[in-house]
Amino acid sequence: MSLIVAENITKIYSVVATKVSKHYMAGEIAIRALNEVSFEIEPASFVSFVGPSGSGKTTLLNLIGCLDKPTEGKLEVAGTDVLHLDRKQSAAFRGNNLGFIFQDFNLIPVLTVYENIEYPLLMVQNVPGGEREKRILTMLEAVGMGDQKDKYPDQISGGQKQRVAIARALVTNPKLVLADEPTANLDHKTAFLVLESMKRMRDEFKTTFIFSTHDQKIVGEAEIIYSLEDGELVGKQVKGGKKNG
Amino acid sequence: MGNLFKIAFRNLLRYKRRTLLTASLVTIGVVFVLLFISISGSFKNMMVGQMTDSMLGHLEVHRKGYLVSIDNLPLNLNLKLQAYQKFEGILKQQPEVEAFSPRIKFGGMFSTFVETTNIRLNGVYPDREFKTVPLLPSRLTNGAKKALEKGEIWIPELMSKSMKVNIGDTVVIIATNKDGSVNGKQFKVAGVLESVTGPGGRDGYIHLEDAMEVLRMEEMEVSEVAIRLKDFGQLHAFSDRLERLLSGEVNKQGKPIYEVHTWEKLSPFYNIARMIDIMAFFIKLMLIAVVLVSIMNVMIMAVYERIREIGTIAAIGTLPGKILSMFVLEGLFLGTMGALAGDLIGLIIILILNRVGITFDFGRETGLVLSTTIGPFDVLTISIIVIFISVAASLQPAFKASRMEPIKALRHV
Repeated sequence: MSLIVAENITKIYSVVATKVSKHYMAGEIAIRALNEVSFEIEPASFVSFVGPSGSGKTTLLNLIGCLDKPTEGKLEVAGTDVLHLDRKQSAAFRGNNLGFIFQDFNLIPVLTVYENIEYPLLMVQNVPGGEREKRILTMLEAVGMGDQKDKYPDQISGGQKQRVAIARALVTNPKLVLADEPTANLDHKTAFLVLESMKRMRDEFKTTFIFSTHDQKIVGEAEIIYSLEDGELVGKQVKGGKKNG
Repeated sequence: MGNLFKIAFRNLLRYKRRTLLTASLVTIGVVFVLLFISISGSFKNMMVGQMTDSMLGHLEVHRKGYLVSIDNLPLNLNLKLQAYQKFEGILKQQPEVEAFSPRIKFGGMFSTFVETTNIRLNGVYPDREFKTVPLLPSRLTNGAKKALEKGEIWIPELMSKSMKVNIGDTVVIIATNKDGSVNGKQFKVAGVLESVTGPGGRDGYIHLEDAMEVLRMEEMEVSEVAIRLKDFGQLHAFSDRLERLLSGEVNKQGKPIYEVHTWEKLSPFYNIARMIDIMAFFIKLMLIAVVLVSIMNVMIMAVYERIREIGTIAAIGTLPGKILSMFVLEGLFLGTMGALAGDLIGLIIILILNRVGITFDFGRETGLVLSTTIGPFDVLTISIIVIFISVAASLQPAFKASRMEPIKALRHV
C-alpha cells in the first residue's frame, strides 16, 4: 500500500490580509482607522464587512481595492502583493482584476446604460467589438436590464442604476468585486433584490463579492460576515457555521 | 479614441448653455480678429498700392549714396549713361520685372510770368512711366488728357490752385544744372495732378528729353529707375536677388555703383503700414487671452464639477493618460467649434462688407472703396492659434484631473 504525501500545496485566496493597519492624520490628530487586521477570503465567497460608522469598513475596502495603501502589514489581492504597485500599476491592476460597486452608483451620466457597461471594456481592457457586445448583452440580461440599455442613468430608478453598476463591475470578468454600502441609497425591497442579483452573479461567474454595510437587515444575506469595531476585526460569522470573536 | 471623443463631446453637451457661451466668446473673438485683419489689411494694401502704383513703383535703384541726399535732388549723384545702360541690360533679363522707368529728378523754379515758386520735377518717358506706375494718369484732375508730350508739363494741384494756373497756360521752368549753369524753358500745362498723400505735394512731370534740355545734359543721366514687378509678393525676394546681382558692379574705386530700395525705404507710409501690422498682432494677442481665459475657466469648472466622476473612472482602472485626453479633447472641441463658427461668420460678414462697399478718404483721394479680403493662410493661422490655445488652456485642468487620487475624488461631496 502506497502512501501519497502532499507537500507545499498553496491555497489560492482572493484576499490575504496580514496585520494590516492604516493610520492617517486628521490635522494634528493621528487616527488609527485599521489596526492589525488579518483575514483570508476564498474565491467565489460572498463576504460582508459590518460595523458602525467609523469602524473601518470603507478604509478596508479601499485598501483591498488598491485605492489606498496600508501603513503597515501585508496585503495580497488576487495573488498579487499590492503594497508596491505604483499609481499606474494600481490602475491597471484594478482594471484587470477588480470590479467596483459604489453606494451612489456612480454611473457616467453622459453614457447610456449600454455604454456605461461598455466603458471598462473599451477604455480599460480594450476588448474587441464583437466580444465586447456579447459580454455586455450577457450582463444586461443577467441583471435584467436588457430592455433599458439605451436609457441614460437619469432615466432609470436607483435599483436599476445599481444593477447597471453590478453589470459594469462584472463585465470585465474580475476576480473580485468590491461594494461599499451598495444598498445604502435603496429601499429594503430593492436592496434585497440588488443583493440577490449580486449573489446570482457570484454563482454564475464565480466572482468573489465583498461588500460593506451597517444595515443589520441585509447583513444576513452575506455568507461570511466580518465584524469591525474601531478599526479592529472583532468577529467572523460563517453562515450556517460557527461564530468567532 | 473614438469613445474618448464621444465622451468629451457629450460632456460638452451636458451644460449646453455654458458650452454655447464659451464657444460664442471664442467665435466673437475669431470674427473680430478676422474682420480687423481683413479691413486693416485691405486698407494697408490699398494704401501701399496707391503709393507704389501712382508714385514710387515697387522698388527703385539709385546710384550709391543718392538716397541719403534725396531731399536735395543732387544732380551730381545721377547714374551716368553707361551705368544706366548696363543696369538696363541686367533688368531686361529679369523675368519678374513687368516694367521699369528711368527718371531725372531735379529742383527748379516754376514761373507764371507773374509769380514764381519752387518745384520738384520728374523727367520721365511717359509710356514707360505709366507702365511702371499705372495709377499716375488717374491722379490727373478732370479735363486733362491722359498723356504727356514733349513741351508739356503736369503740375501739382497745390500750384495750380495757389498760382491760378490752368490747363493750357504757359509757364517757365528755370533750373541750375550740375555745373551751376542756369537754363529755362517754356512749357504748356497739360495736366493737374492730385497729391497722393495730402495737400503738400510739389511734384511735377515733364518729358525726360525736356529735362535733359533744361539741365543741358549732353547725354542722358538718370536719378533713379523705378521698377514694377509682375508679382508684388516677390518684392523682397527680387530685391535681395537684384542687390546680389548689382553688388558685383563696382566703380573704379572698387565701390558699388548701385543701391536698391524697396518702397518701404522710400515712403514714410511704411511706418503706418507697420503700425497696422503691430495692431493686428496685438489684436491676435487679445484673442489668445480671451480664448485662454474662457477655455481654462470652463475646463477648471468642468473638472471641479466632475471630481467624483473622475474618481469613479480612475477607480475602475482608467489610466491617467486617458483621463487627461478626455478633458483635453473637451477643450479641443470647444476651440474647434468656436474657431469654425468664427471663420464662417467672419467670412460671411466680409462677403457682406464687400457687397455693401465701405468707402473712405485717404489724403486727397476720396470715395475709395475698401475691398475687404482675407487670405486662406490668415484664416488657417487664426484657427490653428485658437485651437492650439484651447488645447493649451485645457492642459492644466486636465492634468489636475488625471493626477487626482481616486480615493479622495470619490470622497468629494
